[in-house]
Formats: sequence, structure tokens, C-alpha cells
Amino acid sequence: MKEIVNLPVSKPEEEEYHINMGPQHPSTHGVLRLLVSLQGEIVKNLKPHCGYIHRGIEKMCEKDTYPQIIHLTDRMDYLSSHINNHAVCLLVEKALEIEVPERVQYIRTIMDELTRIQSHQLWWASFGMDLGGLTCFFYGLRDREMILDIWEETTGSRFLQSYNCPGGVMQDIHPNFQKKVHVFLKTFKKKIKDYEKILSGNVIFEQRSKGVGMLTKEDAISYGITGPSGRGSAWSCDIRKTEPYSMYSKVHFNEVLRYECDSYSRYMVRMQEMYESMNIIEQLIDNIPAGDYAARMKAVIKLPAGEYYQRVESARGELGVYVVSDGNKTPYRMKFRTPSFTNLSVLDHLSRDMKIADLVAIGGSLDLVIPDIDR
Amino acid sequence: MTFNIYDFTSFTTWIDQSLNSLMSPTLALITEMVIIGVVFLLFYAVVGLFLVYAERKVCAFMQNRVGPNRVGPYGIFQTIADFIKLLMKELVYIKDSDKLLFNIAPFIVIIASFMALSAIPFAKGLHAIDFDIGILYVIAVSSLGVVGILLAGWSSNNKYSLIGAMRSGAQIVSYELSVGLSLLTIIVLAGTMQFSEIVEMQSDGWFLFKGHIPAFIAFVVFLISSTAETNRGPFDLAEAESELTAGFHTEYSGIKFAFFFLAEYMNMFLVASIAATVFLGGWMPFHISGWAGFNTIMDYIPPFVWYIGKTAFVIWLMMWFKWTFPRLRIDQLLTLEWKYLLPINLVNILLMAFLVLMHWHF
Repeated sequence: MKEIVNLPVSKPEEEEYHINMGPQHPSTHGVLRLLVSLQGEIVKNLKPHCGYIHRGIEKMCEKDTYPQIIHLTDRMDYLSSHINNHAVCLLVEKALEIEVPERVQYIRTIMDELTRIQSHQLWWASFGMDLGGLTCFFYGLRDREMILDIWEETTGSRFLQSYNCPGGVMQDIHPNFQKKVHVFLKTFKKKIKDYEKILSGNVIFEQRSKGVGMLTKEDAISYGITGPSGRGSAWSCDIRKTEPYSMYSKVHFNEVLRYECDSYSRYMVRMQEMYESMNIIEQLIDNIPAGDYAARMKAVIKLPAGEYYQRVESARGELGVYVVSDGNKTPYRMKFRTPSFTNLSVLDHLSRDMKIADLVAIGGSLDLVIPDIDR
Repeated sequence: MTFNIYDFTSFTTWIDQSLNSLMSPTLALITEMVIIGVVFLLFYAVVGLFLVYAERKVCAFMQNRVGPNRVGPYGIFQTIADFIKLLMKELVYIKDSDKLLFNIAPFIVIIASFMALSAIPFAKGLHAIDFDIGILYVIAVSSLGVVGILLAGWSSNNKYSLIGAMRSGAQIVSYELSVGLSLLTIIVLAGTMQFSEIVEMQSDGWFLFKGHIPAFIAFVVFLISSTAETNRGPFDLAEAESELTAGFHTEYSGIKFAFFFLAEYMNMFLVASIAATVFLGGWMPFHISGWAGFNTIMDYIPPFVWYIGKTAFVIWLMMWFKWTFPRLRIDQLLTLEWKYLLPINLVNILLMAFLVLMHWHF
């Protein structure tokens, strides 16, 4: 007879109570549920419960062809849909050893950076709203609209574009593309000054974000916090620098690093990255070479049997695509290493012994996108 | 009877006399009470509806939006339509909530602001009760509202509401001090608590200018702490929609929610009126001593317009705060009060007392 083992049950402290933040909560930005143990207003413990928007994208990929998979990746991190597409295309091109035309690389890089800017704009908007500055939300959305208009003309879609395809892009850029991007850059350089005025220099904002959610470099590395959140902890983790793809090895830009390791430094990294992205676009936009907008591909794409991995820098961190192929037109197994999922893991560590208001600020500064967590 | 838009005294005394000549004094008093109650109810509703509309327009203006523009010209009937919608909404009762307290709470909040309204002088002679302790009465009555908020949070059987109520309790009790002390600074200058006398004393210059620097400091402190006391942004921690969904009124629906909503705007109107009356001269026109011509021109503008204009200015300032600043955290909020505003206020009163003793004010 088996002996009954009395497992030590962790009793909640006296006066500790739980609240469910989410699945419907304004500051989780989607259907994420955080089970928060509180003592008064102080967060003692936090357990994220994922899966409310799980769609089984990785499993669905196993029965889809590679061009079809691209349309699914849009739905993961919907704010950097173009970068998600790009990752899959790069992987397919790497596996088939296809050289894509230079024009495609230019277009993809510009689109990636536009994606990054609009993602950071929306993050800025919602971060401001998390901290109670409702006006920020409208400022961010207003300027993001210009990028969506540019996309609408070229890709035919404002949000989930599926513009990339293996070997190139779906169609050539619209004749107005360059002109409109120039207008956007000119306008946004003025508007971003407003962003700095309304939030960055504000006393209340600095109080709310400085020293809140301290993430040391060691912790950032051990938790695998990539993207602007990792670079806010002085961890140089920009895939665009470490493993350049497309045009990133040929353009000049700085990897933004901040050393304060708090929410404010994560905020400043993203603000600076918008400038850097504009800088990259400026270097490329006037020099798009003539040529084909896609390489010639076979009608049915079959990857040679083997394992493939491709990393790209999405707007919120390192996006990894891993494919095991058995030589068929569909992958045998597909796995996405999504930045939001890994970044979520540090939320408990950061928000312990902080207040509820700080938890909201920290969650905002990590820039989580919930469909990216659940896939 | 002469109806004079610049002085309502003869009008109100005429009503009083004619009522007394028609019926017994007790009955006349009761009739007067009823009339004043009905007038205030109407005033309350109209001002509340207008302020909601104004806030939506101001906030739209700050956020590059148009704001309500569909119902009526420039959307002025939007709030009325909203109000009718809220009236027809179902009142949701929460399981295991304390029914009595849950139902009473919105009324306490609304009654507190309603009672305070009665001591405000709207124009010369247009004054429901002219207490000799007017300011004390307003402070005392308006702080009753926190009881309603605490009850609402407690009886809702919702942890978010409870957190909101706890925050609100800490906040309002703390900031009550600053409101009181900043008004006390002006009482030191004026030497009276009666609203009508305070307004009369400002006929040759508003207290904001008369009292030099201490009065100005008191005005700024009063603006900050009264914004906090009305639970408005950047001090809207009790609601804090990004943290607590809606704080203490999360579980309220329909007209009860509307009561909280209306009370918030009326409180804003109330503190703006007090700021206008105590610091900016109430219904008294803007006068510069010695400039006789200028003063006569200013006198042509009716007192009621002066009062509304000043109040609207203060309300606009408070809306500006709300739509510009992010929200504070609870500990920062209390730090601001106990470590900064309160000491500043105490020193400020001493400064003002010294100023009054030395007759250095105008």
C-alpha cells in the first residue's frame, strides 16, 4: 500500500486576497487573466493564466502549405504582422537557398520599420492610457493612421497585410508609396515632439515609471526578455545587429540601450527606436532599386527534409520560427518562439511587492500582445 | 416690485413679503423651502447635464476629436439622450450585496453635493441661506460624500470596488485638510466666514490679488486639493479605470450610476464656485481701484454672468488637468498631501496672518 504523502500546501498569508485581473480588464490589453494575490494594495504573487485566445496556430500550420502559413502568422502578433510574415519567408528562402531581388529586400525592410513605428505608436498610446493619460491614446492612434493609409494603398489591407510571400512580396509598391512615406516622416518628426512633451517630461509620469519594475541585465538574460524590454535593461539583444537579415547589414542605425533597467528606460528605448526606425527608412526610401518584386518560385513549395530556424527582431523582441520538414509541402512541426510569451514570464518577478498601479505600469512597459502569447 | 438683474434683493424680499401676506408665517416658510428645493433640483439637473456635455467637448478638443455632434445642433442634446437611456436601463442587483447600503450610497453622494450648493451666493441677493459660518458649512457638508463612496465600495461585494473605496477614503480625508487650510488662509485675510461678506469685501479687488503671494499659493493649493477631493484626474484613483475597471461604482447601473456621475460633476461645479467666490470675487465684477471708467463698464456686466464666467474658468482648468496628466499612485498621492501641501499650507497661513497683522495687504 502506498503511503499517503502530505504535500506541503502553501497557505496564503493572513489578510491576503485574490483578484482576477482579466480576462476582461482594461489594462491587460486583451484576454489575458492574471490571478493576483494582494495584501491591501500590494501585489504579493501573480499567476498569468493564458489560453483565452488560443487558436492552435502551430497545429494549423502542420496542414497548411508555406504560402498559407504566412496568413496565419499575421494573427499572432497583430501589431507586427509584417515582421511575422517576414520571418516565415526568410526561413523558406533560407531552406530553398533562394536569392530574393534587392528591391524586395528594400521594400521588406522599409515595411518592417514602418511596422515597428506603428507598433510603438500604439504601445505609446496604450501605455499612456494605462497610466491614466487618456489623451495619449488619441495622439498615438492619430499618427498611426498615416502608416495604415500607406499600407492600405500598397498592400490592400490596413492591419493584417500578408504582404510577404516566399521569394518576395505579393505586389509591387504603389506609385505614391515613397511620396507618402516622406510625408509621414516629415509629419511624425514634428508629432513625436508632442509625445515627449505630454508624457516623457511629465513629473507624474516620471514618478510613476522611474524605479518601477527593476529588471537587472542578469534577470533579463535569464528570463529571456528580448526586444526593447531587454534593451531597457542594457542587454544588447537586437537581432538586426547580431544576425542581420534583409538590408539591416547595409544601413546605419544605433542599437538603443538604456541602463536604468526600470519602466522608464523601457519607455525611452521605444521612443528612441522610433527615431532609429525613421532613420533607417530615410536611408532606404529614395534608393529602392528597380527590378522584380518577387523571385520566381515553384508552384508548390516543398522544403527539403530537415530542421530550420530563423530569428527576426519583431516590435517586441526576438521572434523565432522553427520548422521540422519531412520534405512535404506542409511542415511536419512548426513552432514559434514569440517574444510576448517570454516577456510575460517576468511579470511576476517584476511586480512582486509593488502596488496594483505599478503592476499596470509594468505590464504596459513590457508591451504584451495577448494573441502573441497564446497563438 | 422692481426686478433688477444687478440686484436680486428686492425680488427675493418681494416674494417673501407676498407669501407672508397670503398665508401664515409657518406655511410661507414651508412654501419658500419647497420653491428653493425645486429651483435647486432644476438647477442641479441643468448644470449637471451641461457640464457632462462641456467635458465631452473639451476632452474632444484636447484629443483632436469632434465630440458629440449628432443629437441637436452641436450635439447639445446628447447628454439628455444619454440621461433618458440611463433612466430606462435595468438596475442590476448584485448577489450577496448589502441591499440597503447599496441603494443608499448614491443618494448620500448626491445629497452631500446638493446641500453644499445652498450656501453658494450666485448673485447679489440670490443666495439660499446666508450663514455666518458659510465656509465651514460647505466644507463640512461636502465631505459627507465620502461616506457614500465608502458605502458604495463596501456594499458592492466586489474587491475592485472595495479597493477603490479604500483609496477614496484615504484620499478625501487627507485632501480635506488642504482644502480647509487653504480656505482658512483666506478667512484670516477676510476675517469672516460668511460668503456674502467675503464677496462684498472683494468689491475693490479680488482676494487673489489682495492677498499677495499667500493668497496665490492658497489658490493653487486649493485647486490641486479640490481636484483631488472631487476624485477627478489626475487624482481619480478611486475610479482608475485602467486599474480597477471603474472603482467604487463598478457594480452600479442605470440611474444609480448616473447619480454618481452627476454628483462628480456637481462636486466639480461646487469647488469651482467656492474657488470663484473665495479667491476670484464671486459675482463681484472685476474692479481696479482708481479706474472709474473701467469699473463702470465692468459693472454693466450682470453679477450672475461674472459668477458663471469665473466658475466656468475654474472648471475648465480642472478639465485641462484631467485630460493632460497621467494618474498618480496612491502613495504618491498621499506623499503630495502630507509632505508637500500640508506643510506649505501651514507656513502659508502664518505668512498670511503676519501679512494681515502688518496691514501689508491691499
